Amino acid sequence: MRVSASWLARHIDPAALPARPEDIGEAFVRVGLEVEEIHPAPEITGPVTVARVAEIEELTEFKKPIRYCRVDFEAREDGTVRSRHVVCGASNFAVGDLVVVTEPGAVLPGGFAIAQRTTYGRVSDGMIASAKELGLGADHSGILVLPPGTAGPGDDALEVLGLAEPVIELAVTPDRGYCFAVRGLARELATALDADYTDPAGRVTVPETAADAWPVRITDTDGCARFVVRRVDGVDPAAPSPWWMQRALLSAGMRPISLIVDVTNYVMLDLGQPLHAYDASRVTGTIEIRRAAAGEKLETLDGQTRALDPDDLLITDESGPIGLAGVMGGASTEIPELATLAAGARVDVLLEAAHFAPAVIARAARRHKLPSEASRRFERVVDPALSAVAAERAAQLLVELGGGTLADGRTDEGGVPAVPPVRMSLSLPDKVAGVAYSRGATVRRLTQVGCAVDLDTGTDGHGVVIATPPTWRPDLRQAADLVEEVLRLEGYDTIPSELPAAPPGRGLAPAQLRRRAVSRALAEAGHVEVLPFPFVSDAVWDDLGLAVDDPRRRTVAVSNPLDAERARLSTTLLPGLLDMLVRNRSRGTEDLALYTIAQVVQPDAQPSAMPDPAVTARPSEQEYAAIRAALPDQPVHVGVVLAGKREPRGWWGAGRPAGWQDAVEAARLTGAAAGVELRPRRAERAPWHPGRCAELVLAGTDTVVGHAGELHPKVVETLGLPARTAAAELDLDAIPLRENLPVPRVSGFPPVAVDVALVADESVPAADLAEALTDGAGELLESVRLFDVYTGDQVGEGKRSLAFSLRLRAADRTLTSEDANTARDAAVAEATARHGAALR
Amino acid sequence: MSENDAGSPLDPDALKAAVEAARSAFDAAADLDALAAVKPAHLGDKAPIPMARRSLGQLPGPERADAGKRVNAARQEVQTAFDERRAVLVSERDDRVLREETVDVTLPWDRRPRGARHPITQLSERIADIFVAMGWEIAEGPEVEASWLNFDALNFGKDHPARTMQDTFYLGDAAQGQDSGTVLRTHTSPVQVRSLLERELPVYVACPGRTFRTDELDATHTPVFHQVEGLAVDRGLTMAHLKGTLDAFARAMFGPEAGTRMRPSYFPFTEPSAEVDLWFPQKKGGAGWVEWGGCGMVNPNVLRAAGVDPEDYSGFAFGMGIERTLMFRNGIPDMRDMVEGDIRFSTAFGV
Repeated sequence: MRVSASWLARHIDPAALPARPEDIGEAFVRVGLEVEEIHPAPEITGPVTVARVAEIEELTEFKKPIRYCRVDFEAREDGTVRSRHVVCGASNFAVGDLVVVTEPGAVLPGGFAIAQRTTYGRVSDGMIASAKELGLGADHSGILVLPPGTAGPGDDALEVLGLAEPVIELAVTPDRGYCFAVRGLARELATALDADYTDPAGRVTVPETAADAWPVRITDTDGCARFVVRRVDGVDPAAPSPWWMQRALLSAGMRPISLIVDVTNYVMLDLGQPLHAYDASRVTGTIEIRRAAAGEKLETLDGQTRALDPDDLLITDESGPIGLAGVMGGASTEIPELATLAAGARVDVLLEAAHFAPAVIARAARRHKLPSEASRRFERVVDPALSAVAAERAAQLLVELGGGTLADGRTDEGGVPAVPPVRMSLSLPDKVAGVAYSRGATVRRLTQVGCAVDLDTGTDGHGVVIATPPTWRPDLRQAADLVEEVLRLEGYDTIPSELPAAPPGRGLAPAQLRRRAVSRALAEAGHVEVLPFPFVSDAVWDDLGLAVDDPRRRTVAVSNPLDAERARLSTTLLPGLLDMLVRNRSRGTEDLALYTIAQVVQPDAQPSAMPDPAVTARPSEQEYAAIRAALPDQPVHVGVVLAGKREPRGWWGAGRPAGWQDAVEAARLTGAAAGVELRPRRAERAPWHPGRCAELVLAGTDTVVGHAGELHPKVVETLGLPARTAAAELDLDAIPLRENLPVPRVSGFPPVAVDVALVADESVPAADLAEALTDGAGELLESVRLFDVYTGDQVGEGKRSLAFSLRLRAADRTLTSEDANTARDAAVAEATARHGAALR
Repeated sequence: MSENDAGSPLDPDALKAAVEAARSAFDAAADLDALAAVKPAHLGDKAPIPMARRSLGQLPGPERADAGKRVNAARQEVQTAFDERRAVLVSERDDRVLREETVDVTLPWDRRPRGARHPITQLSERIADIFVAMGWEIAEGPEVEASWLNFDALNFGKDHPARTMQDTFYLGDAAQGQDSGTVLRTHTSPVQVRSLLERELPVYVACPGRTFRTDELDATHTPVFHQVEGLAVDRGLTMAHLKGTLDAFARAMFGPEAGTRMRPSYFPFTEPSAEVDLWFPQKKGGAGWVEWGGCGMVNPNVLRAAGVDPEDYSGFAFGMGIERTLMFRNGIPDMRDMVEGDIRFSTAFGV
């Protein structure tokens, strides 16, 4: 909402208004209106002069219409008229119009100096200015045409237009619909400045009338609480809006259009009540306010025919819908455009001022994608007491400025809904703020916002405030709302700073500690964390070679994605990680080890319905459980991708390329950091290489918590990844939390190391052999470690030799070589029994 | 001293000469090997002084004692001379060995590349630690969230304009006209509701996490970002307590001089509501105020929806963007650096 100081000054004691717009802005901020921007008063110097358009030559050889105009200024003493020729790109003016010409030598806001120049093949001796160029508002859609009689040719335009002034642009929060009008802003500012305030609505006299202006029936009283109609006959639609009104509209960022439109806009900006003007001659029969019937259509003012929804609130007459209530009027009853009217034609105007239910208007504006100045106000609540006042004010202006005649009668259907009083303990503001406010502060502040305040004594003997909020503050519904009014007007800067003592906490939860441990471990091991977005394309599953029935293809869709190509939430971390791998490579970083820890979204095949419990009380345990059950599974995953060299080339020798081993090791490291042992087991799973993929099994169980290995060559090719790119992904939530790990008994006796080389089929996994040795060696075994792998002639085709170092130790004695040999033999025997392994 | 001594190896002069001879022989030894080579000639059994000692027996009693002392002293002198020289030579040898083992310590040995944690993760953990140190706990929740928890329970009316101001990613197949009742959470505030529904009162929790809004990625916006929210619900909590917590948080993040101020504002889930401005000395362009987040006293409607009696309990809540906080702390000019995943950015922040 844009507002100028001079408009505010119409409702506030001007003497109390700070001179600097920054100070006005600061006062607004204190009471909760955020200053978006202060548009400074433009600095204009040099000759800026009112002129009359004398000749227009249309230049048609250019891409857009260009006009070459002669403009006349004042008459010289010798009777000749001073004139200039200027080139103009706008066409919203005609011969005879009064315009503002910036003559050579003038300097416009932003240091824009006007000089004679050649453009579009003509010499332009100045410029015809738009409102924006003169710093009078945001309108730049055409040049500024002054109302006839505002000034004469040759007059100093700056004097005629009035001193340019700064405009304050404010952000209005959704609870303060009344601040979408100067009436409300001035009230807030007056409170912030402790200045006198005159309610502009109070200045309008609404006389009693005997009859209705038009028959109206409110059928849908839920959607429409009040509907006022006033009629002005014989309005001259071509009568110019006075400059003061045009200037006010310009300062608010609106463009003056015609008297009838300007008057309705002006009254809306000043008071806050959106108005609609109908051509009375085109309305037939009783106006009815009702919801749309199925299949109904309405052609709106913008010429579009809209299919209506049964939830849409309509203004109708005997012909059918004539307006989408609170959003946009219909084409069939609009005031005809000036160009279509015969010269001297007069119009009978029906003015509508209504009060609609905010939610109904909000839904309709969203449904038809028609946010308008009117709907923006209606969905934030319009003061229902304003309807008759605003209609009266607009009617008066049309009589005064458009030569109309106020018709007898006013329709006023429905009424002003009563605002229920709110009870609040007198001490509540002090209790909430932690401040001892001065006596009477609560009553004073509530009175300032417009409440009718009564005092009472509660059952506990303490003082109670009974505040009846004003009609424009239906947001004041509970004691907390009153508290906010008192606190913000007393000033948040008076609230002291006091740190509350929280009860002793339990520190980070085990799952949080674990996530940190995993993150640190991966980073310490040389992986760099990235935070990819979860959005993916459906096509990525084909790229990853997932089977058609792979559950990872079952995704949650985003209905309003930023990028239509990525409208799904990923069920795995790999697509995001691989994207970032590619991006880094495209920026010249080749050796990459990336990781991320994040939730993935895995919807149920048959999601249950999401309940929608009332908010007046705690949902039942069943309802809350049903809410959680209706959400997709969102386990925390750990993902790792590797490409390029895992260890760089250096003066020590060649580097080492990253491979499946690094992915498996990253997975095992994740397990170790989480306090569990993860054992790799050969597996086949997309998108991994079928011969180079491990599933990670929780030791001692058969629970698979993830996969690691080299990516499938096809996937690598499709996604444009470097050869041998490796990846791992684990479901961290599938790993049970281990807070207390078993403590080993540390023996002080010396160890004995025994090496064994076993020859077995190549297909026997090393881990299985190691497990057999472990199980066979018994309790003396401290560790088993593979230190050599050999394939070749010496062991024969299809076989390989694996050399293990067994470390044996007893808890209670020094081992003899006999002890060690017995253990070794038992270990080998077990390996032989299970896997046919032979000592080499 | 008797004349008999003249010419005898026990003669003081002879002993003195033997000592001097030994000393000069030791000093002349250039290294430990040379020293070892000359050692027997002066300290061996056949050396002059041990030989002189052997002749002591020939002397009469009183003279013998006298001469014995002389011989011992001489012997001691030779030994000392040897030890001193040896110490010098050992030290010289040690120095030489160390000199010879000198390497170029500037040769790189970065065989294992360094990893890094994302600065957003690091800052989130730092923030969590600050609140844990104050006795708060850290609460978390899912990113795909029930609309009921993201909006309704937080006092966003079904058709209230505040709901549309959140730029929500809605979920479900729009083409099929489904309303899944779920959204990508627009803030971490639903975790507040979950905390109130799941925890015992009083509740003091901070909720860091990833949040989503339909903002196109540019220098100051990202559709996926991180927030931290705080919620305290207890008996007797006031807006002064809110201010105290904000100030403590600001000081922990931005140093002891930092502070906050509140400006009246509107959020459906707090009443009264305020914007939080942060003042800190390291601000780009000089110490000053920046918008940091939102806060307020928990709206009684929110407490009611979570089954907390607003007549008995009150609470406050606040929320800040973690990206924004990181930009302030580290003077990062462009949001995109934080989301693109270029490892050169994260690596600068270490582990």
